[in-house]
Parts: sequence; C-alpha cells; structure tokens
Amino acid sequence: MALRILLGLWLAVVIVLGLGLPMVAEPQHWYDLPIVPGLEEKARIIFFHVPTAWLSVVGFVAALVYGIRYLRSRSIEDDSRSAASAGLGFLFCLLATVTGAIWAKSSWGTYWNWDPRETSIFVLLLIYGAYFALRSAVEVEEKRASLAAVYAVIAGVTMPFFVFIMPRVIASLHPEPILNAQGKIHMNTAMLLVFLASLAGFTGLYYWMWKVYVKVEQLRRRIQQPTGG
Amino acid sequence: MTTLRADRRFSWLRSVIAVYAKDWHSELRTRYAISALLMFVVTTIAIIMFSLGSEDAPPEVLSGMLWVVVFFGAMSGLARTFVMEEERGTSMTLQLLTGPSAVYFGKLLFNLVLVFGLNSVTVVLYLLLINGFVVKTVSIFLVTLILGSIGFAAAATIIAAIIARASTKGTLYPVLSFPILLPLLLTVINATRMAGEGAAFSEAYGEFQLLISYIVVVIAASTVVFDYVWKD
Repeated sequence: MALRILLGLWLAVVIVLGLGLPMVAEPQHWYDLPIVPGLEEKARIIFFHVPTAWLSVVGFVAALVYGIRYLRSRSIEDDSRSAASAGLGFLFCLLATVTGAIWAKSSWGTYWNWDPRETSIFVLLLIYGAYFALRSAVEVEEKRASLAAVYAVIAGVTMPFFVFIMPRVIASLHPEPILNAQGKIHMNTAMLLVFLASLAGFTGLYYWMWKVYVKVEQLRRRIQQPTGG
Repeated sequence: MTTLRADRRFSWLRSVIAVYAKDWHSELRTRYAISALLMFVVTTIAIIMFSLGSEDAPPEVLSGMLWVVVFFGAMSGLARTFVMEEERGTSMTLQLLTGPSAVYFGKLLFNLVLVFGLNSVTVVLYLLLINGFVVKTVSIFLVTLILGSIGFAAAATIIAAIIARASTKGTLYPVLSFPILLPLLLTVINATRMAGEGAAFSEAYGEFQLLISYIVVVIAASTVVFDYVWKD
C-alpha cells in the first residue's frame, strides 16, 4: 500500500518536473534543462516516449523468458506470467507508437514515414498482435501455453535481424543517433536525472501492473477450478 | 559400437525421407497444396496485370510485388502438410512411428520442394507476363531466389506446425508468419531490386549473409522447439 502511494507520488513528480522545468539556452541553475537543437520544447516527450519504448521491449523479453521457463517447468503459473508480460508489453508498445507518431508529426512533419525505429516498433506490435491471436485460437490451456511460448521463441530469434537489415533499407531520422552522436548522452544533469527518474518510475509502474495481472489470473484459475468434494 | 551409431544415423535419415515420401504420396492423391499454390499465383499475377493495364510500373515496385505474390502464395498452401495430419487424425500415429526431428525435417523438405516449385513458376510467369520487370544481374537474382525459398520454407514450416494445433488455422497463418518473415522479405526485396538495377554480384554479399544466417537461426530454433509443438 505504502509502495503504491510512493509510486504514484514518484510518477506525479516526474510528470510535473518533466513538463515544468524551464528550458534555457545556457543552463545555469541546477533545475534548468538544456535546449536540444532541432527539438526545443518537443524534447520533453523524451521523458515519456523512451520509457514506454523501453517497457515494450522489456515486456517482450519477459514474455519470452517466462515462455521458455514454462516449456521447462510446465507450470501454468509461468504461462500466466508470460501472458501478463506480453499484455503489458503490448500496452506500452501502443503508447510508444502513439507518442512516437505525435513526436514524428511535430518534428518530421508526418505521423509515419517508415523510419527504421518506426518499422521495428511496428513489427513488435505485429508480433504482439499475432501472439494474442494465437492465444485466443487455442482452447486447451497447456497447448495454448506451449504454442505461445514457441511462437515467442521464434519471434525472439528473428527480431534481432532488424538491427542489421534496417540500416541497409533506409536512413534514420530518429533523434537517438543525433542526441547520442558521439556515443555519450547529450543531457545535462537535470535532464538526465528527470529522464532516469521517469525510466525508474515507469518500470516500477510496469512491475506493479504485472503483479496485479498475475494475481488476477491466479484468482481466476482458483475460481474456475472445479471444487471436487 | 560405431556401426551401431552409423546405423542409427542412417535410420534417422531414412525416417526423414519416409515422412517426405509419405507427404508426397498423399499430396499427389489430392493435389490440394499444388493446385492451391498454382491457382493463387495465376490469379494474383492476373490481378497485377489488370491493375497495371498498359502502364509501366517502376522496376523497384515490380520487384517488391513479385515477393508479395510469393508470400501470399506460400501462405495459401504451405500449412497443408501439418493441417492435414490434424484433420485426418494421423498425427498420433506419426508420433508413435518416428521421432519429432524426423517429422520436422521431412515436412521441411516437403515444403522446400513446394516453395521451389512455387517460386520457379511465379518467376517464369512474372518474367513472361509483366512488362518492365527486368533482371540485369542474373546471378544475384538466382542466389536470392534459392536462399529466399529456403528461408520461406524454414519459417513457414514451424509456423504451420503451430497453427495446425489452433482452431482458426486459415486466417491465423499469414498473421503469425508475417512478422517472422518480414526480415527475410525486406532482404530479398532489396536483393531483387539490386539484381534489377544491375549491381555487381559482390555488392549483394551482405544480403546473402543475412539470408544465410536467417536460415540457420530459424532452422536451429525450430529444431529446438519443435518437440513442444508436436508432442501432446
């Protein structure tokens, strides 16, 4: 309970700071954010867009790991953990896509232009969609769990190819290569702090939602279980 | 001891061939997959020709469209080999008779032959019928076609094994396959475009490396996880 309130407060502070701290050309006070060339005030979306994108990947990896654990342990608990991760990953993937498209509209002038990042998040969305389509098409619980895990494994091994393929197909406009040009992050301390706080806050949110999700599944299974005399 | 091990290896190979031969037997009896693939290719190419009319589409668009035909063509017939086992209720017998890896490789071989056939027919028809589609570097095109076919068969086989166990088989197949096949599709489309532009063979090495590693990774992962799909 206390942790939940703390999490809510933490995220509220992050949101207020992320939107409220002044952006100035030459930061002098500890609370000044620097102006990112070409992005200006729009750079604030980084505090919300990057955590959601990060969590959509975390959700996928967690679904994959729990899927593999299910294949080894055959315990239905692991399957509901895997499904919960995928569900949340899908939610955050949608958020990352939407925030990214809004950012793209304001910076590049179009909601969608098949930038490498946009393509890979789109593929992630498709994989999540396919994963849930598969889950809903199998009635037997054990079969559903193992098929979903196998699909996650196959998707997991083909995903990394995009890292190599996309640069060959199209050049990127994504600010990460620009913000991160010399291999170090161009953020001052205030910006970095808010950014990391936001990353931690959203990850905490993800973890809390994940635990609730798993708990709900557990209770549902207990209710549905025939209580034999 | 060594002869025993060699014997066992041969028996594995024999099982693979036997599964493959059995699939051809039952396929030739109904010709379900072959006619589905052929009719699909003919229909799609006809639609492309109608929609183009007398216009000349740019070669990049045409090389992309070739793989659209191949993708949906493959999706119309390649699931058959596993779906058939479920529909006829023969999968249990097959499980008793031979190990999962023999089943997987037998079915992979069967799908490989189907995809090669599909791609050859598609490319011949495409080259004959579609104006403006030219291949300047034949070597790139041929290697792309061969590697692309193997990659298609590899990914299509494991997805077919998955969807054969689900209740909505037909619609689910392209949905599940597309994200898995997309890295392959992007690479072969890129390589086909290079072949059309007349790039030197060495320029396409990167594409070929990607295709080969894709094939290796997908087949390796499939052999590991196939057990879990196949066994009840």
